[in-house]
Amino acid sequence: MSEDVRTLVVIDRDGRRHEVEGLDGWRVMEIIRDQGLPIKAECGGAASCGTCHVYVDPAWMDRLYPMREDEEDRLVEDAFEVKPSSRLSCQILMSAALDGLVVTLAPGTEP
Amino acid sequence: MPDADASTPLSAQNRFSALPAGGRHEIDAVIIGAGPVGLFAVFELGLLDIKAHLVDVLDRPGGQCAELYPEKPIYDIPGYPVISGQELTDALLEQIRPFGAQFHFGQMATGLSKTDDGRWLLTTEDDTQITAKVVVIAAGGGSFQPKKPPIPNIDAFEGHSVFYAVRKMEQFRGRHIVIAGGGDSALDWVLNLAPIAASMTLVHRRDDFRAAPHSVSQMRALVAEGRMALHIADIKGLVGTPPHLSGVALESADKGRYELPTEMLLAFYGLTMKLGPVAEFGLNLHENLIPVDTEKFETSTAGVFAIGDINHYPGKLKLILSGFHEAALMAQQAFRYCFPERKLRFQYTTSSSDLQKKLGVKEG
Repeated sequence: MSEDVRTLVVIDRDGRRHEVEGLDGWRVMEIIRDQGLPIKAECGGAASCGTCHVYVDPAWMDRLYPMREDEEDRLVEDAFEVKPSSRLSCQILMSAALDGLVVTLAPGTEP
Repeated sequence: MPDADASTPLSAQNRFSALPAGGRHEIDAVIIGAGPVGLFAVFELGLLDIKAHLVDVLDRPGGQCAELYPEKPIYDIPGYPVISGQELTDALLEQIRPFGAQFHFGQMATGLSKTDDGRWLLTTEDDTQITAKVVVIAAGGGSFQPKKPPIPNIDAFEGHSVFYAVRKMEQFRGRHIVIAGGGDSALDWVLNLAPIAASMTLVHRRDDFRAAPHSVSQMRALVAEGRMALHIADIKGLVGTPPHLSGVALESADKGRYELPTEMLLAFYGLTMKLGPVAEFGLNLHENLIPVDTEKFETSTAGVFAIGDINHYPGKLKLILSGFHEAALMAQQAFRYCFPERKLRFQYTTSSSDLQKKLGVKEG
């Protein structure tokens, strides 16, 4: 395995924990989707729908880039049960700094 | 229908005619879905003299391009280095204009059955009936339906005191109403229902609205005049004995959790795609997709085709351009069903005066 394979931990809507692998530069939504885990992500990564909403484990929050305005708008307008740890997983890019990232799928992401 | 914007010549909003619900129609082909692929299917069918009607649950053409990302740039449409979802929709409407397709907007296709004479009868939830020789399903990710908030027990109130759309305004006359949401639907209904309601309260998560600015200022004026209330809060629960609502439980940063009395809740949280009744069309779905062959893009049922994001075959890519290709091949087989007595001639629009006549670019 090359060095840029990272680990992502996904807790699904049923509370099950999945440890999956992803490459640097992939969107966290894409990693979740390509593992066949249930995520709606209906706009395909355009920060336009809010159906890839995740809660980021608090330990990782300060390692993420700040939200762009369109991500924040979609969370507020289109997502449910929004918390301070809410992000759109299509707007988080996997990287060395996020190796081991833990996210929980939020309500409204069910396919 | 909104006025066409004269400053954008491609804007084709006045170039399609929408039919009223409840009619009876006979046509060669009926297309479910007026997204980019459904629109281009009109073109490919039209070149082969196959006339089409389109049915879409949205109130305008464009599908996901119009509903999810009208302003977002698309970079992989052949011939367009960059084009927005709305521009692509407008360009396709312009391209298919010569073929005179008819649109049934705001209607969900709910039933598909075979007629005695071997054609297909497509029905909608509003009792439109379209009889056609072939059916083309270009329904993308399914039909757009209202997003339901994950509020406990909300199902038990739906249709009686909780609604996601207004079908009859009279139902809300003289009632205490809470409307939730910050987009155009929420604000439009606040403004329309406030004059006839016993009381009107808008609940939104933040004091910032994506609805049209003039609607927002009208709403703020009503609040300032004391003719309605605005609460910046989240709806956390429903109060009452189902199906009768007596209030909503709200939570806000400054007030914490509190209750707001109301009789009716109208929730406008946007739309989401659900496969819907197409799942019941008997097409042997594979993970909510419709399997097709890659020669004709026909389903397991002869005469019923599936193109665009809703179909599945080995190597499928959910790209608009794939759907365009699928439309062209689908049309070849549709021709054989529509005109079994005619021989199919393959022609290019560049050189065929016959095709150019159909496109209206050459004198007839």
